[in-house]
Amino acid sequence: MTETESSETLATLPLDGWHRARGGRMVPFAGYHMPVQYEGVMAEHSWTRRSAGLFDVSHMGQLTVSGPDVDAALEALMPADFKGLGEGRMRYSLLLADNGGILDDLMATRLPDDNVFGAAGFYVVVNGAVKFEDIGHLREHLADEITLNHMEGRALLALQGPKAADALGRLVPGVGDLAFMRGGSFGWQGRGLWISRSGYTGEDGFEISLPAETAEAFAEALCAEPEVKPIGLGARDSLRLEAGLPLYGHDLDPDTTPIAADLGFALSKRRRGEGGFPGAERILKEREDGAIQKRVGLVIDGRQPVREGADVVEADGTMVGRVTSGGFAPTIGKPIAMAYVPWASAEPGTTIHLSQRGKLHRAEVAAMPFVPHRYVRAGAK
Amino acid sequence: MPRFFTQDHEWIDADGDTATVGITEYAQGQLGDIVFVETPDAGKEFARGDDAAVVESVKAASDVYSPVSGTVTEANGDLDDSPELVNEDPEGRGWFFKLALKDRRELDGLMDETKYKAFVDGL
Repeated sequence: MTETESSETLATLPLDGWHRARGGRMVPFAGYHMPVQYEGVMAEHSWTRRSAGLFDVSHMGQLTVSGPDVDAALEALMPADFKGLGEGRMRYSLLLADNGGILDDLMATRLPDDNVFGAAGFYVVVNGAVKFEDIGHLREHLADEITLNHMEGRALLALQGPKAADALGRLVPGVGDLAFMRGGSFGWQGRGLWISRSGYTGEDGFEISLPAETAEAFAEALCAEPEVKPIGLGARDSLRLEAGLPLYGHDLDPDTTPIAADLGFALSKRRRGEGGFPGAERILKEREDGAIQKRVGLVIDGRQPVREGADVVEADGTMVGRVTSGGFAPTIGKPIAMAYVPWASAEPGTTIHLSQRGKLHRAEVAAMPFVPHRYVRAGAK
Repeated sequence: MPRFFTQDHEWIDADGDTATVGITEYAQGQLGDIVFVETPDAGKEFARGDDAAVVESVKAASDVYSPVSGTVTEANGDLDDSPELVNEDPEGRGWFFKLALKDRRELDGLMDETKYKAFVDGL
C-alpha cells in the first residue's frame, strides 16, 4: 500500500468518481487509484464480518481463454485438473514458471457454452499487479489456436459477508442458489452479469463481473441495501490476512513453490499422479520430502504489529526466514502475520523470534485460518 | 503555554524548559485506527529530527520525530494499554512523551497554530 507510483502514471477505474463521492481515500495500488478506506479500517473490517462489504476489485485482470483442447493447454501451465472441471465450477490455481516458482495465483471457471461473455472455454481472474505479465506469459505459451481475450471493458465487484446473499439476492434473484466456488450468468437491468460465489475475505460472498458502464449504477443500487457499505483495500487486506489467504507479490512470488507456500491443495490428485505441469518434478519431490521453508501463520506476543519485511531469526540472530504479511487482526484483537520459516519450525505451537527495526518479538506458529472461513458449500445449506 | 507544530505533524507544548510532544488531529486522521504506540524510555537523548516514537495503525507503522533536541523525562504510559487515545484525543490525553529542552531557541523555527492550519489546508 506504500507503492511509489507517480500519480501521472496511474490509471482510473470505472468507479473512481463514485469512490471519491462516497468519501473514499484514494491511494496508488497496482497502477490504479484505489480506495484504501472510507470511514476507517477497523469499522469497515467488522462491518464486513457481520453484514456485507462491497469491494471494487476492477484492477484485477478478467480473461477468457478458449479454443481447441483449451483444457490441455491450461494444464500445461497450471497444476489444476481442468479436464475434470464441470461447467460453472471454479478452481484456485497457480501459474507456474518452468522451475515451479509461482508467477501468479488465479481463479479459473469452466464456462457453459451459453454465457454472458460470449466466449466458450474458461473465465480466468488474475491479480491486477501482474495481469500484463500474465497475459504475456499466456500468449507466449498457449498455441496460436487458443484465443485469449482480456476483457478491459468489464468491472469486477466483490460483495462479502454473512448478509451478502440477502442483499444481492434482492437485486439479482437466484444468486443464493449458487454454492461456494460456482458461478453463472445473471442479468440486471438488461445487462449481463457473471456472478460466482467466491471472494478473498474468508466470508460467504460473491464476485460480480459486469460491464464497466453499468458498474456505478450497480454499486449504488447495492449500497442502497441496508446491509451493504463500500469497503476499502485496507480492510480487504486485514480480512484476507485473518482468513489465512496469501497475497501475490507479498506471500507468493517466483521464488516460492506451491509446497513452500503451503498451497499443496492446488495440486489436483490426477495432476499429482500424471505430472506434466511446469516444475512438476521439483514440486512433487518437495511434496514428499518438504521444502526448505514453509509459509505459516503467526500470532505475535504483545500488541505491536510485525510487518512485511521483518526477519525470522534464530537465537543467535541468524536470519532464517521472512515475514511476508503482517498487521493487527481486528477480529482477534492481536497482531498476526504470515511468514516463511524453516520447514522444521512450521508446526503450530512452535515459538519463533522476529526482528523488526532492531527490536525482537516472540511469536507462536498458529494454524490458519486465524478466523474460521464461512463459505456456503454445496450440500451444506 | 505556546504550542508549536512541525511539517511532520507533531505538536509540542513548551513550558519553561520542558515540553510535551504528540501528533496532531490531522495526523491521527491520516493514520486511521491506531493499535500500538512505541514510546521512548526516560533518559533517552534526541537531537532535533531523530526518530523518537513509532505509531502503528492497523495498516502501517509511522515514525514520529523529535521536533527539538532534548532528553526524555517521561513517556505516556497510558498509551501502552490504550493506544486509541491518540485517535480520541491526539492533542490532549494522547500525548507521546515529555522532554527537557536542550535549546529553547529551536522552537523559533516551528509553526504556530495559525501557520500550521494554513499548512494543512494547503495539503
